[in-house]
Amino acid sequence: MSSALIAADLAYWAQSLLRVLGGLVAVLLPAGTVVYLFLFKMMSFMQSRLGPMEAGPYGSMQLFAEVGKWLQKEDIVPANAQPEARIFKMAPLIVLASTFLLVVVVPFGPDAWFTDFEVGIFYALAVSSVSVLGILIAGWSSANKYSLLGGLRAAGQLIAYELPMVLAVVGVVIQAGTMNLQQIVVAQNAGSMFGWNGVGNPYILTQFVAFIIFMISVQAELTQTPFDMPIAESELVSGYMTEYSGFRFLIFFIGEFATAGVFAMIASVLFLGGWGVPFAWFGWTDMDSIDNWMNVVGPLILFTKMIVLVFFIMWVRFSFPRFREDQLQRFAWKILIPVSLVNIMVTAVLKVAF
Amino acid sequence: MTMLGDRQQLAYIAAQAADARVNVELETEGMTLNIGPQHPATHGTLRIIARLDGEQVVWAEPSAGYMHRGYEKLTEVRTYPQVTALVNRIDWLGSFANEVPFILAAEKLMGVEAPARAQHIRTILFELSRIANVSLFLGDLGVQLGAVTPVFFAFRDREYVLNLIEAATGGRFHPNFDRIGGLKDDLPAGFIDETRMVMKKLRTFCDQIEDLLFGNEIFQSRTRGIGVIPKDVALQYGLSGANLRASGVDWDLRRDQELPMAWNKADWKVWTHPDGDSFARCWVRLQEVRESTKIVDQLLDTIPSGPVMAKVPKIIKVPEGEAWVSTENPLGEMGYYVVSQGDQGPFRVKIRSASFNNISIVPWLLKGVYVPDIITILASLYFILGDIDR
Repeated sequence: MSSALIAADLAYWAQSLLRVLGGLVAVLLPAGTVVYLFLFKMMSFMQSRLGPMEAGPYGSMQLFAEVGKWLQKEDIVPANAQPEARIFKMAPLIVLASTFLLVVVVPFGPDAWFTDFEVGIFYALAVSSVSVLGILIAGWSSANKYSLLGGLRAAGQLIAYELPMVLAVVGVVIQAGTMNLQQIVVAQNAGSMFGWNGVGNPYILTQFVAFIIFMISVQAELTQTPFDMPIAESELVSGYMTEYSGFRFLIFFIGEFATAGVFAMIASVLFLGGWGVPFAWFGWTDMDSIDNWMNVVGPLILFTKMIVLVFFIMWVRFSFPRFREDQLQRFAWKILIPVSLVNIMVTAVLKVAF
Repeated sequence: MTMLGDRQQLAYIAAQAADARVNVELETEGMTLNIGPQHPATHGTLRIIARLDGEQVVWAEPSAGYMHRGYEKLTEVRTYPQVTALVNRIDWLGSFANEVPFILAAEKLMGVEAPARAQHIRTILFELSRIANVSLFLGDLGVQLGAVTPVFFAFRDREYVLNLIEAATGGRFHPNFDRIGGLKDDLPAGFIDETRMVMKKLRTFCDQIEDLLFGNEIFQSRTRGIGVIPKDVALQYGLSGANLRASGVDWDLRRDQELPMAWNKADWKVWTHPDGDSFARCWVRLQEVRESTKIVDQLLDTIPSGPVMAKVPKIIKVPEGEAWVSTENPLGEMGYYVVSQGDQGPFRVKIRSASFNNISIVPWLLKGVYVPDIITILASLYFILGDIDR
């Protein structure tokens, strides 16, 4: 993670290099952890099997084996997609790009951030929908009917669930009084509940409804079961990913799980206090008084919180059947959006009252 | 103009009409979606041609025959004992159940009856193959609807049943154990205790599936009211088995007909459901597995002693005549019409398999449903491709 301290001393190219490396780590590490820990192992244990056991101790190198396998595969472009092969090949990169764009606003420690953006959460929600573009392009340019149906379903679903997600975040923004993710972290950890500051004021307590709505929307944005209609493997084969093979499929795959990690990080920043511990524990009062070691411990804390949240995402994924897409839209428009609007209203009224 | 069969012509006209409807009302283009022959939802090579208006099915038609293996013709050049090896492969998940009606038909022609012990063991193995078959359905149902976990439970617990079948017959999938006049062998030592234990496990499995899947709200919203088959339509299309019972018709060949089998020696219940929708079909099958475990448990207590083989000649020649025997197989009514001219092999065998009739309702049922519901309906109708194409 490149920090402001480093940024002060290094040349521009060195800073950029550090940021790029940090970005790669921040995207790939969660993706790898999530895939191994949850997709390989937890899923297996839930299904009374062992999962990968051969590659490395306890199957821990399985992911590298898989990546190696994918890299060796032929990069196939279907005959009907040939005229637009460039667009076909570009689509997975757009999906992954949205993940990288997303991670830049996540704060990892008091000074460990890629960019300290005043409208951070606004930006995050905006760039998260770039992936819809990639998915639509993939679905359309594959020249496959299943892909087309998958792409269109994905577009409809992702746009529908963008809305409750934004509305859920509005509650947090009202309470924190800022859209800067770093400030939201500070507001939670420096805050107090009725004068007691033992655990700060994590917004999961006051914004519990928003938290639930946010996590449901995340589930839908990630197209994980029960919202996996776009890639429903039993009916659309693999939706918009059907025609992709080798490395391009791998990029979709990384994109999916890296986004899961990054969204979980954003959720823990918004609702669980992000990288911070309650400031009262160490006698800190504001940003400037935080000890420097938090720059090292902070990312670990954030990572732990992310793992916990992804656990819930994956738990739901492995145990639920999927919605039909009309039920899914009805759920978004008739339940989630009204509830989040009520949540905003109540939050605003209470904010003014107290 | 090329000559079209009546059926094809009708299908062609329906497709034209579907196009017209799509174009005139919405001014959008329809799309023909070929679900299959290679598709994850068709467990084999069934092809469903669906004309879509957006995600709505305007017209659909199953196209079978991609896996036709010509068993009816093959039986004409095989001897009677050899035929059981063929018919094993019709419904490959419940193989033993396929052998029984054929053997019963041959026995009927020869005037032989299996000893009481053989009848008992036949019934036990029949029910075990039903459990092996339908428990996989219960798991597969989850996969079709997007829940990946139940199928692993199904495979885990089905393995115990397959082990039992293997212990008794020597084959997990294709036992080829039934003989004219009885069975190839007696049960192995320890089979009865082992079976009791497995039946207990299977009942636990049913409870798990009921909790995990049937109690789930999403599952219910995906299956309730989807693919409703009214009673009279079900009868008209010749549905059988759980599909018919789910439409409220109290019809079970195990109970309703007199066969030299041991079902009437056990106390069990035929479950029906008034709704006729996908949920009802799944639920009836779940209850069926439970009833089967009960039947097996009771029959284990009352296996009579004695030989497992009646006196039959070494070289089997079936006297001239015709016989029809059908039984309530895991998928529905399965029957064999055997015509003999006094040779070592049958002159002609007509196989009535359940799935072929069960999916004949698909064009009627799929009209107007959404694409995801196609999968729900196909899964709940439950066909085995070998049973359609033979």
